[in-house]
Amino acid sequence: MPDFPTPLVTPDTAPFWKGCQAGQLLLQRCAACGALRYPPRPMCPQCTSKETGWVPASGRGTVYSYTVTHQALHPSLADKVPHLVILVELEEGVRITSNIVDCPPDQVRIGMPVEVVFHQVNPELTLPKFRPAGTA
Amino acid sequence: MAQNGLYKRAAIVGIGETEYSRDSGRSELTLALDAITAAVRDAGLAPKDIDGLLKFQVDANSEGEIAGCLGMDHLRFYGELGGAGTAGCGLVAHAAAAVATGLANNVVVYRAMNGRSGRRYGRGEVTMRGGSGLGAFTEPYGQLVPQQGLAMLARRHMHQYGTTSRQFGAVSVALRAHANLNPKATFYTTPLTLEDHQNSRYVVEPFRLFDCCLETDGACAVVVTTAERARDLPNTPAFVLSAGQCLPGYRGPLPDVTYANARTLAPGLFAGAGVTPQDINVAQIYDHFSAMVIFALEDYGFCKKGEGGPFVEEGNIQWPNGRLPVNTAGGHLSEAYLHVMNHMNEAVRQLRGASTAQVQDAELVLVDSGIGAGALILGR
Ligand SMILES: [Zn+2]
Repeated sequence: MPDFPTPLVTPDTAPFWKGCQAGQLLLQRCAACGALRYPPRPMCPQCTSKETGWVPASGRGTVYSYTVTHQALHPSLADKVPHLVILVELEEGVRITSNIVDCPPDQVRIGMPVEVVFHQVNPELTLPKFRPAGTA
Repeated sequence: MAQNGLYKRAAIVGIGETEYSRDSGRSELTLALDAITAAVRDAGLAPKDIDGLLKFQVDANSEGEIAGCLGMDHLRFYGELGGAGTAGCGLVAHAAAAVATGLANNVVVYRAMNGRSGRRYGRGEVTMRGGSGLGAFTEPYGQLVPQQGLAMLARRHMHQYGTTSRQFGAVSVALRAHANLNPKATFYTTPLTLEDHQNSRYVVEPFRLFDCCLETDGACAVVVTTAERARDLPNTPAFVLSAGQCLPGYRGPLPDVTYANARTLAPGLFAGAGVTPQDINVAQIYDHFSAMVIFALEDYGFCKKGEGGPFVEEGNIQWPNGRLPVNTAGGHLSEAYLHVMNHMNEAVRQLRGASTAQVQDAELVLVDSGIGAGALILGR
């Protein structure tokens, strides 16, 4: 089965993906107003400054919403259903789409605490994923 | 007094459509031409009278090819709109603005696709980004098709307001009942009960099979012209009273995803027509998924936030007794998936008194294309 698409890395997003390879979940922080943002983008939507820094997130958050895909709507899902996608609200105040690991589909709940784990897909790509908090 | 500069300056005067099927057996260009020529004929016009053409960005045909087939030597107003299937109301709004300002006299808006036998939305064959743009932050996690993104919002709505799968089902059942009255509808002869809905398999939880729209081969088209010209043409004009689009690029780092664009767009839309939600007789709402009708009903103000589930469960959207019949031809769930252009044609039929689920004396119709990505209020 084909794998899911891999992210096209651009100058705007490269630091985020490099961070994942180094085991860090990096968020952009606007150098002008301090607002955090995700996904990476070249301008701060709060103040339109292009000056940005990168800060590591704690990796802790809660499940804001989730879906369970049962039908292989795309060939790459064929050997992966039921497939869970979660929307995590990080404690820093941004949301990130990801997957949950080490958790059966029927155990996922909105509000459940989760923590980041880094999943190496290949030598070029590491994805941040999440597991129920305290299951290390 | 209406505050909208577009108020009653343009009208839909012609509608056309092909049959709806799973395999049209002809090209998307032929489908487009069939719907366009039917709409032009319905308007009492000839192809040479058309001097404007607006299309969906996702429509595979080219303006030049269509203009060439129709024998037009000067297409003087044309363009296309993004937003995939949600472009429909915006396109009619642009057409209305064009004729009102003299950029064109008679503008066609159409959608044609082999959506079942050709490229399929339900499989991401049109919408996937291949890991580019914002797709870089969803697709690597297996969020690939529109069903999954909207299911994420619906799950949150259930959590915040106690909305249930049975309430999603109430939408599907009401729209199926409308389709059962419409001989052109894909599901004309197939009834649907709430039990059928509840017994149907999950596609993307919380969406079951009967929460999801059809995939259709077919085409629909409308002709938009000025109010003055409309009064001399054979059909009852469907005047554009108000129109709007809403594309929020950013709603803060932690938006409440249970609120859709319709909530931002609605105040200006209703003020533009000088009416309130309570004045609307019938609504045609973009039903890619049953749950999105509930979002729209709340965010346009037809009921309070969080009360869309009970609103549909109490029968309010079902013709003939509901307070606000919705998608009276069956909608995307049960008539056809033509990116709101089949809804557009049904809105016009309601104003002409020609629907198979006719709301008595319908004078005001709301058309939504994508929980507020675009909307129109049409009136007689
Ligand atoms: Zn800033």
